[in-house]
Order: sequence, then C-alpha cells, then structure tokens
Amino acid sequence: MSHFLDRLNFFKKVTDTFSGDHGIVTNEDRGWEDAYRARWQHDKIVRSTHGVNCTGSCSWKIYVKNGLVTWETQQTDYPRTRDDLPNHEPRGCQRGASYSWYLYSANRVKYPMIRGKLLKLWRDALSLKKDPVDAWAFIVEDPAKSAEYKTQRGLGGFVRATWEEVNPLIAAANVYTAKQYGPDRIYGFSPIPAMSMVSYAAGSRYLSLIGGACGSFYDWYCDLPPASPMIWGEQTDVPESADWYNSTFLMMWGSNVPQTRTPDAHFMTEVRYKGTKTVVVCPDYSEASKFADIWLHPKQGTDAAVAMAMGHVILREFHLDGKSEYFNQYVRETTDFPYLVMLDARADGSYVNSRFLRASDLSDSAGQANNPEWKTLAFDEKSGNLIVPNGSIGFRWGEKDGMVGKWNLEPKEALSGAETQLRLSVNEIRDQVVPVAFPYFGSTQHPHFACTSHDEIQVRNVPAKKVRLANGSEALVATVYDLTLAQYGLDRGLGGDNVAKTYDDDVPYTPAWQEKITGVPRAQIITVARQFAENADKTHGKSMIIIGAAMNHWYHMDMNYRGVINMLMMCGCVGQSGGGWAHYVGQEKLRPQTGWTALAFALDWHRPPRHMNSTSFFYIHSSQWRHEKVTMTEILSPLVDPQQWQGTQIDYNVRSARMGWLPTAPHFDANPLQLVKDAEAAGQAPAAYLAEKLKAGKVNFAFEDPDNPVNFPRNMFVWRSNLLGSSGKGHEYFLKYLLGTTHGVQGKDLGEEGGEKPLEVKWREAAHGKLDLLVTLDFRMSTTCMYSDIVLPTATWYEKNDLNTSDMHPFIHPLSAAVDPAWESRTDWDIFKGLAKTFSEVCVGHLGVEKDLIALPTHHDTPTELAMPDVKDWKRGECDLIPGKTAPSLIVVERDYPNTYKKFTSVGPLLDKLGNGGKGIGWNTEHEVEALATLNYTVQEEGVSKGRPCINSDIDAAEMIMMLAPETNGHVAVKAWAALGKITGRDHTHLALPKEHEKIRYRDIQAQPRKIISSPTWSGLEDEKVSYNAGYTNVHELIPWRTVTGRQQFYQDHLWMLGFGEAMCAYRPPIDMKTVEPIIGQRPNGNKEIVLNFITPHQKWGIHSTYTDNLIMLTLSRGGPIIWISEVDARTAGIVDNDWIEAYNVNGAIAARAVVSQRVPEGMSMMYHAQEKIVNTPGSEITGTRGGIHNSVTRTVLKPTHMIGSYAQQSYGFNYYGTVGANRDEFIIVRKMAKVDWLDGEVSAETTTAEAH
Amino acid sequence: MSYLDTLLFGVYPYLAGTIFLIGSLIRFDRDQFTWKAHSSQMLSNKNMRLASNLFHVGIILLFFGHFFGMLTPPEILHALGVSAGAKQVLAVVAGSIFGLMCFAGLTMLVKRRLTDPRIRATSSKMDIFILLLLYVQLILGLLTVPLSLMHLDGHNMLLLMQWARNVVTLDPMEAVAAIGPIGFLFKLHMVLGMTVFLVFPFSRLVHIWSAPVTYPARPYQVVRQR
Repeated sequence: MSHFLDRLNFFKKVTDTFSGDHGIVTNEDRGWEDAYRARWQHDKIVRSTHGVNCTGSCSWKIYVKNGLVTWETQQTDYPRTRDDLPNHEPRGCQRGASYSWYLYSANRVKYPMIRGKLLKLWRDALSLKKDPVDAWAFIVEDPAKSAEYKTQRGLGGFVRATWEEVNPLIAAANVYTAKQYGPDRIYGFSPIPAMSMVSYAAGSRYLSLIGGACGSFYDWYCDLPPASPMIWGEQTDVPESADWYNSTFLMMWGSNVPQTRTPDAHFMTEVRYKGTKTVVVCPDYSEASKFADIWLHPKQGTDAAVAMAMGHVILREFHLDGKSEYFNQYVRETTDFPYLVMLDARADGSYVNSRFLRASDLSDSAGQANNPEWKTLAFDEKSGNLIVPNGSIGFRWGEKDGMVGKWNLEPKEALSGAETQLRLSVNEIRDQVVPVAFPYFGSTQHPHFACTSHDEIQVRNVPAKKVRLANGSEALVATVYDLTLAQYGLDRGLGGDNVAKTYDDDVPYTPAWQEKITGVPRAQIITVARQFAENADKTHGKSMIIIGAAMNHWYHMDMNYRGVINMLMMCGCVGQSGGGWAHYVGQEKLRPQTGWTALAFALDWHRPPRHMNSTSFFYIHSSQWRHEKVTMTEILSPLVDPQQWQGTQIDYNVRSARMGWLPTAPHFDANPLQLVKDAEAAGQAPAAYLAEKLKAGKVNFAFEDPDNPVNFPRNMFVWRSNLLGSSGKGHEYFLKYLLGTTHGVQGKDLGEEGGEKPLEVKWREAAHGKLDLLVTLDFRMSTTCMYSDIVLPTATWYEKNDLNTSDMHPFIHPLSAAVDPAWESRTDWDIFKGLAKTFSEVCVGHLGVEKDLIALPTHHDTPTELAMPDVKDWKRGECDLIPGKTAPSLIVVERDYPNTYKKFTSVGPLLDKLGNGGKGIGWNTEHEVEALATLNYTVQEEGVSKGRPCINSDIDAAEMIMMLAPETNGHVAVKAWAALGKITGRDHTHLALPKEHEKIRYRDIQAQPRKIISSPTWSGLEDEKVSYNAGYTNVHELIPWRTVTGRQQFYQDHLWMLGFGEAMCAYRPPIDMKTVEPIIGQRPNGNKEIVLNFITPHQKWGIHSTYTDNLIMLTLSRGGPIIWISEVDARTAGIVDNDWIEAYNVNGAIAARAVVSQRVPEGMSMMYHAQEKIVNTPGSEITGTRGGIHNSVTRTVLKPTHMIGSYAQQSYGFNYYGTVGANRDEFIIVRKMAKVDWLDGEVSAETTTAEAH
Repeated sequence: MSYLDTLLFGVYPYLAGTIFLIGSLIRFDRDQFTWKAHSSQMLSNKNMRLASNLFHVGIILLFFGHFFGMLTPPEILHALGVSAGAKQVLAVVAGSIFGLMCFAGLTMLVKRRLTDPRIRATSSKMDIFILLLLYVQLILGLLTVPLSLMHLDGHNMLLLMQWARNVVTLDPMEAVAAIGPIGFLFKLHMVLGMTVFLVFPFSRLVHIWSAPVTYPARPYQVVRQR
C-alpha cells in the first residue's frame, strides 16, 4: 500500500537465518523489482529486418511497448540447414542492433520539409498563376528566381510543409518537365531493390508510368564486377554463405569477412575447425587477416599480378605437366579453352590474336543457316574434324525445327548430334608455330607504383593450325588454351623469347616477376597456388575465393577479377559445391526478380520501361567529363594504332549510345512526346522519321551537348539512398554543376586549362544548377536531404511492409510494420501513390493521352544481344542506321497521363497478354493474375483499371511480387524451367516439381523466413542435397553460360576488348588520375604535405547506407569522420593519432581526424566510405567550406570496354553491364590542419551567392 | 520580541519540519525512482574522490556536532563536568576543523558543478540551488566562529540550545523568547538551516534518509522472502 509503511517492519525484517547466521532471510517489500521486470516487458514482437545494402537480411525481433519501438534482438528461428551443416543463427550485428535509435532520434525527418526560399517562390507564383504547372514554369524559367533557391542547396533553410502543399509542387514540376522537355528528363535514383523491394518499386512504378528514367546503382556503386558478365554472361551469382562450410580451401581476397559479413562469418570460422585452410590476400592487417593460415599482403591495386603468377603455377603444374585429369576434363567441357581464335598477321611478320573463328567464316557457314556469326568452332579429337559444338549463343535465338534445343552443354556436334571430345590445344595437330604479339602493361610508369622493364609488346611462340575460309583464303587459328599458356608466359618447348622455364625467370607472370610489383615473396605465391590447385584436384573443385568490393573499385578491376576467376576455372571450382567465386558486394540478389520487375517497372501497363546506367548519367550530367585528365590513349593496347582509337571517355560513351549499346537519358535534344507528334504530322512512322532526323543531324543525342539547357535532367527523385553523402563519386562536381551550389572543386576544366577535348561532344560554357527539383525521401536528415529542395519523411524499416532477400542465405524475409509511421511520415508506397494521384489531377489540361518515344539499347538475354557481330558506326558511314540493329530501338509507348493513379494501383493487362519472364525465358502468367484478383480483390471503380487486381497497399504489392515469381510460387517455377527446357532441349522441371504446389505468401514469411524455390533465373539450386552455389546448374544441368561460346570465357574477342588489350587477363597497373600534382605545395598551411593512395573500404560502424550519423555507433568509434594512415607516414607528416587532418586534391577536400595505426601499410590511407559530413565535420582550409565526404576527393572515370554492347554477354543490361564508377586509383595530399574552424557563424546572403559561382 | 522572530523562529521551524517529514514521506511513497543520490561521478570523476570525501565527512560531522550540541540537555553536560565555556571551545574548534574540511570539498564541488560542461548540462536547477544553499549556509556557519571567539563564556550557546530544546518540546513562545538576543548572523544561519529542511524533500538530499548505515555490518548473504 505504502512503501513507507511496508518498511516499518524492523523487528520482523529478518524471518530466518541460515549457515550459522552468516545468511539471513528477510521479509522486505519486493515491489521495486517490478520496475526491472517492466523494463523488459513489451506488448508485442514483430519480425522485420534492416533495408541496408549489407547483404545481411538478418531476421530481427522488433519489440513494441506502449505503441513505441523499444529495442530489437536477433531472431533464432531460421529454417534448419542440412544435417551436416551448422545452422544459420544467430544472425545480426551491432549496427542492426542499434537501428531502433533512428525512429525517435533528432535525425528523424518528421514532416515534409522544403527550403524556405522555394516555398516562398511557390506561394507567390501560385497566387499569380493559379495553375500549379504554370506556377512552376513561372519559377524555373526565370533564371533569377531559380538561382534564388538552387544556390541555397546544402545551406539549410528548411521549413515544415504539409503533404497537401508539397505534392502539387512535385507533381507540377514533373508535369511541366514532361510537357516542356520530355519525360526522359525526370530521373529516379534508388539502389538495391533486394533490400526493400516494394519501396523501390513504388518510385520506379511511378516513374515508369509517367516515362521517367530509372537509374541503375550496382554499376554506379562499382559493386558490379564487369568481369562476371564478361566471363559468364551473368551479372553476379555467388554461393550462399553456408556453402563456405563445404569448402576445404578458403581464400578471402580483399574481403573483410568478420567485419563486413558479420552474421555469416561464423561459417568461415566453423569450417576452420573441420580443417579447411584459410588464406587471406589483403594489403592491410584487417580483421580477416588474423584468421589466415597464410596472409599475403600485396601492394594495394596489384592483385592481378598475384593472380597471374598463381595462374602461371597452376597452368604449369596441373595443365601443362598434366597433373590433373579432373581439371583437363572440366576446362574442356565448361570453358572456352578448346575454342578457336583467329591469328591476324601484323606488318612486322608477327601475328596477333583476334576474334573467335565463326561458322560464318567457313564455306556454307558450316551448315548453320541461323546466326552463323554467333556460332564458334573447335576441333573434335574423336572425328578429327573442325566442328560447331552445341551451346554457343547463336543456338539460343531464332532456331527452327530440328535445330531447336541445341543450346546446351552436351558434348555434341550441333548438326549431327555426334559425341565429341573437343581438342584443348592445336599443338599436336599444328601446321606451324607462329610468333604472336601480346600487350604487356606492367612496364607503364606510375609515380606511386612499381613497374618492370619488360617490352610493352611481348612476342611469344604459339602453335597454329590452318583453316580454309569461305572466301578461299587460309586463316591461322589457335585455341584459347594455347593463347592463354602463351599469355601467362609458359615455355611449352616451342622456342622463342619471353617465356619462362622456371618460376625464378624474370618473365612476365612468373612468381619471381611479381615480387617487384606486389612485394609478395615468390615462395608464398607458389605454395598457395599449388595447395589451392591440389585441393581442387582432390576434391573436384572445393577451393573457394571470397571477394569483397575492394579489388573491384580499381579502374582495371576486370583484370583483378579475371585473374582470380581464371584460377577458379583452371581448377574446376566454378559450379561445384564448396568452390568457386564468392563475390559479396551489395545485396544484389533480388531473388523474386521476375515477379518484381512487372510491379517495379509497370510492365503490366507499358513496355519497355526507360532505364539508364547511372555511371554514365552522372559522369556526363555532373560535368565530370569537363575535367577529364585521363586520356584513352594511355590505356590502349600497344598493338593498335592510336590514330584509329581517338577520343575521350565521353566520346566512347556517345559512340556506344548511338550504336545502341548503352542507354541514354535524356535521349535526344528534343522532347520525345513532341517527336512522335512531329512524325505523325509528317505522316511517317516515328522510328523511321527519327532515324532520318538523326542521320541528317537535325536531331542529336543529348549526350552530344550536355551543357545545352534542352538536354538537362530537370527533376530527380532520390529514395532509399544517400547519393550525395555516399555513392556520389565526384561529389563536389555534383554540387557545382548538377546542383549549382557551394562546392569544393579546386581544379580547372579543360576549357580553362587545356587538354584533350572531346570529339563528339559540343564544348560550350559550363552549365550550373541543371536540376530544377531534387526530391529526397528518407527517414533521417542525411547529407543528400541537406542538398535537396524537398525532403519527404518516409517510414523506417520497422514501420512498413516489404520484402528483403540476400545472396548470403536462401530465405525471403519481410520488413513489417511494428508501429505506424511516426509523425507525418508515410511508407514509400504511400508517398508515390499519393504523388501518382496528385500527378493525375495536376496534369489535366497539360498532358492527356500522349505517345512517348523510347530509345532502347540492345539488351543481354534478348535476341538483340546478337545485333552487332562486328563494330559498325552509322555516324561514320560504316553502315546504315537501323533501329534495334546498328542504333537503339525506337519504340512508341502510349501513356495515359490522367490515369496514372489508376494504373499505379492496379495490375495491368499486359501480363495476361504478353506473359512474364526474365533472363531470356518467358512464360504465360494468366493464372497468377487470376489468383491475384482473388487475393487482392479487383478494382470496382469505372475506368481503365476496372476489374483488374488491386495493388492498394504495400502488402498487396508484396503479394503481386510473390505470386508472379518462380522463386515464391512453385507453379511458376515449373513453368519457367519448362520454358528454359524448350531452348536447351533438356528437361529441367525436376528441379522444381517437388515444390510445385508451394506458394509463399507475405504472412508466411512474417511467421518465419522461407527458403525460396529453385528457378532458372539463378544458376544455383535450393536443394536438400547442395547448398546454393553459382554456376551449379550450368555444370550439372548442362545449361550454357549466356556467353558467345556458351562456356565460361577466358577469352573476350570483341574489337574493343582487343583494342584495349584485354582479350585475355593481364596485369594492369593503376592509372594516374593526375589530381595531386597541380595542387601540391601550392596552398601551404605550414604543415608537411604527404601523398597517399586513397582507399575507401567498408566500415565497422556502418555498412554502405547504414548510416554514420547513428550516435550509438559514433560513440563506439571516434564520433566523426576519420582517415586511417600508417605510422610511418604519420611520422613523416608530423601527425599523431586523433589530429585533425585534411585530405585534398583538385577534386575537393575532406576534414577528418587521423587514426594512426599499424594496420595500414605505408603509402596508403583508408577512409571508410559513407561517413556523413553532417556530424562533427569542421571547415576545410582548402575549400573554405565544410569538409566533404569521402567522394569529395574522387572523380569517376569510365572504361570503354564496359560500354560494349550488342555482343552476347557484352550487351547492356540494367544493373548488369555498363560503365562502373571506379575510384581507387585516386591519390590525396594529407596534412595536419593548422586551424580547425567549425564555421559556426552566421552566413550572410551575399557570401552564399558569391561562393556558389 | 518581534513578530518576525515569532514567524521565523516560532512558526517556521514547524513549517519546515512538517514539509521535511511529510514531503519526504510522500516522495518516498509516490516517486521511488527519484529517491536517489543522483551521483554524477560517472560523468566526471576528476578530483571527485577528494572533493566528495572532504565534503561528506565534513558535513556529516558538522551535522552530528549540531545535533548533539543543540539537543544535549545542559544538565547532562553539567553532570559530566563540562562547563558551557569548555563546550563552546570544543564546538568552535571541532566546527572550524570540519567546517573548513567541508568548505574545501564544497568549493571544489561548486566549481565542478558550475564549470564542468557535462555536469552543468546534466544539472537540474534544484541541483545547483541546493549546492549553493549549502555553500552559503556553510560560509555563514564559519563566519560565526570569530563572533563566538569574542565571548567565550558560552552564554550565547546556551540560548541557542534553549531555543532548540523549546522547539522540539513544542514550546514555541519560549523558544522565540530565548532567541531574542542572538546576533543577526546566527539568526540568518538558523533560518537558512531551516530552509535546507524545507527544500530537502524536493532535492537530491533525500538520499540522506537512505544512508546505508547497516551496510558495513550486513550478513554475508541476504535472501528475500518470496
């Protein structure tokens, strides 16, 4: 009753004693203990996860008490693994465990926010113009008015607004932009659908309905390894983490498993108890390094040299010396080693390898009527004949009658079906031995990397066989195997120079050779290579290499990756359980992908959608090309004539786009809506009309004149992303050119400074502030939000319903609303649904039913991937402009703008009519649409959507994804496997039949994460017998890789690959970005300046878009931005631990604290990426404005080989192939700061405007 | 006898005492989670061991000095053969020693509370008020020492004891009569002292009620009954 009265029991307090009066039993009131019980009491637990790009997809219990989320703990109810594997749980890390902090933190965006200046302009304009679209035009078409708010970006000044006020503004901006400039001027950037599929789909569905362009992310993040599509025709496919436990030799190559794959690392530590050897290759003493039995620490950026030397050892001992029968059979059947490559004569009498020999080269096209240019050849040991084996890409498309079903890896001759044994080398049947010239890049001078003195052209002897061609001439051919042996510098007894007899020879690619470049002792290389291969031989491929992003962020990432993958292919590890290429970079595995694409890109209403590769987009529109110092002649093969290969990076991109290889946004210097109107007025078909205009130069590609106001991207949506605080390479260029606000760019552009200017692009005065409107959706005030015009408050991961999958485990996992979105926030689905509604109202009178013209590049996994066997540029007169063949397809899509909302909220009819599919496989999906109608009910309202299944809520949307996807609907899986079986001529349905009647619903996964169903979208199986492993179905189901030969390709024969010297893997040193010399010593502050390589790995206190403004995480670290440097460098520069330092170059500057550590090797610095500049960041002495993010000192550079298209696996795909945003070749100047200025004072209006220009 | 004396020394003691007792009781019953010392040692430990110990030892002994000094009947002192003058000398000497100890400790604590940014930021207004109140009270107490030294006969002290005794024996009018001739400084010290009791239940001083006096003599194991 009363605490006090209850205590008045002094005489009765002790009721008993024990242990000889050493202990007493008391009768005290124990009510106070309830407080501690109540502390852990809660009203409910809801299952959710964290929608970050961390690959975890961990299952979490979210605790709710009194309507508030209180904390989260790890769930432990995953479905079991197999009998001989450890279980998955517990999964989750300290970053996830601190997430609930965000919900009620000061950083939470609680209301729609808009910059005050813009709101004032908008209200004034509305009072004058009444119509919102006219009001928007009134603001943006007035340079003074638009400068008023654009120059304030990033400088604060936000005020609260209401949804009712901001939605019409955004919709009006979109309507005006579409009407005036074209819908392709509206851009959306959102990454990693796998981390919250419905949220992604909400924005992309809205954009796809109105004709906006959705930007890719995987390539832009530089997480896409172009080596993977080159070798396998596959974006990325990797083993699940449980498969690590099946490995018996595990290498972690540049992947910091315990730090960045925390929930899965236990499989790695557990398998070590089973006796698995672990080797770590990593320049710094990372958390992974301490798990290593052998730790190799090559100089950063030289991994390809290590891999090449190891490949040298493997080829010597296990292939040339014939130690492994298993390897021999594996490379013969599953790689392009036996395929024939033509050798072209050079002027000096030597030869050079060129493209694959094709059926079309032979008389009568070797009997192949369909796609003979796309059928490769090999010698058959059994018959001795030159044959066309099954499985090359030509068999995939357009075959008729008896030739259907030859696209498989059966060892058969395609025409006769005779059994074959392909010949690995032509050496035994050679006609002659010829000197072949190979490019060598290891002698390229670089101020910070070692080079060797070998010739840049290495001539080596190769066995060759004569083949008679259709035109009567004779050609010399060699197999890829023969060329590879020569490329790796192996002496096969054919004489000649530049080949090594022993590992100690100083010839490129021997273990001795690499010592000078990498610093790794040769004995270690030999040991690791030998053990790696020996293990793979004995276990049939159970050697595995886990790779992180690190190596992929170098400009020549392909070489690093191909070097490693070559080792795996040589040793028969790919597609074998416990072996292969385990590349974990981002949550790229969108398991129910084919169910999701229909929803996300509104394929149920319009096809095709507008997609854009973000790397090219941002490189061009943030005007980074205007500062380009890296010329393409620097990286050309020494074997080609530079006169034939003129042009800068943007030139190559422009050529690629006009040949239909890469996409464009905006497409042309004309409004696509207007183009169709003009064509109709001229009485012509739009495609033909536009082709004519393009040829005549009357209409041009927008990329050819990026600074022309008609070509600006005008509106941009950013959601689920921190573009300007994290992934935006060349951050300061974004601020200067795209946003037109205060920036830190220090360098001059090519106009002011001179340098190689583009040939294909018009140079004019730089444009600033191209974007009229930047809208960001987020739940926290990120750096990107700070630079946006409007910030919309979105639901957190505990406040919405969504789906989440990962490549690390085979489960599909929900995000669930534990509580309603707090304050004025809304789910992404509701936000875009609301925008669609407002758009539908606001557009009336401006946009009705319109015809939009889409310029669609040729695509991988469609028949257009065979568009261009030989490179031909219509603009140079090498061929005619044929849309879909030599130029982008020009496709008219009808948009019903006032019905945008109705379309947004219902499943459209195209799914019934055209079916669904992905990766080149299509199937009928009428039943699934019917089932959705029963599940979600149908629209009753009159109009276009009447009778169609509803998608009103986020759960409706999730159900649509899961109903349509083979991974979550057994019926669809069986249909998909059957569809694939038609092309391969083999029955694959047995892979899904046991789960045919399984349907996973949203409520099921809320109860427990569910293992997905095997589908042909992926190359591994979800099976009781094997863990998921990439390439498994290729090896075991004989499904071809989606490459030219249908096999894994050591050899890349596209003209541009040859031109840049990358037909085969080579060591290529990092490129010189030239960003330090112009500024070093120019701006002294009295402290010593040192130059360091700038590396941006994953951090411990946040991963990717897990945010560095979380105070709990910041408390565990240093509380703000940090850069790691070595003790030696610190001593040189007079820096001690925790000093404020500045890192800068011509791109911009960063202010951070120094972490001085033995972990870091000399000459290198590490700044964990995605550290926000909104917490504890002082001003920079160099820029005079606030210190930047890690990308303030970077600028992205493009590689022409990534722009290749219309060439089988080297064809564009959204997030699949294309330019990638490399940034690790960058160097910075580091020095101690003399004065730490927090820039806390008031900023006057004059100074902000002045700084902006 | 002024009305003010009646109010301050006849009425105020009962007012303060009532609020002190009932306030503490209510707070103990209604607000258990606020019943704590609210130590800030976790936030800043610098010099804390010295300052806090000086302060606490000093003030505890001062408290008991006042308690026994004021309320021990003169008869007992007389029986023990302690003269009023001798007692006053004892009080002055002991009071000075502990007062100075407490002053040193409290000075450090006041400085710490006002200048350490972490402590300042986490201090409530009452925290600062009570600390300054004790500080002023202590200084006033120390200032009475030289006054006491001017007349060592113990007369004044007996009057004060008289007052205290009358207050606790519920004879306020006699108490007011006894206090009449006492000097202003003493009176101010007394009023502030009563004010400490008045604000006691609203401050962190409540932790005094829960001083763990039996803690050093506890048994090895204490088991609470269900």
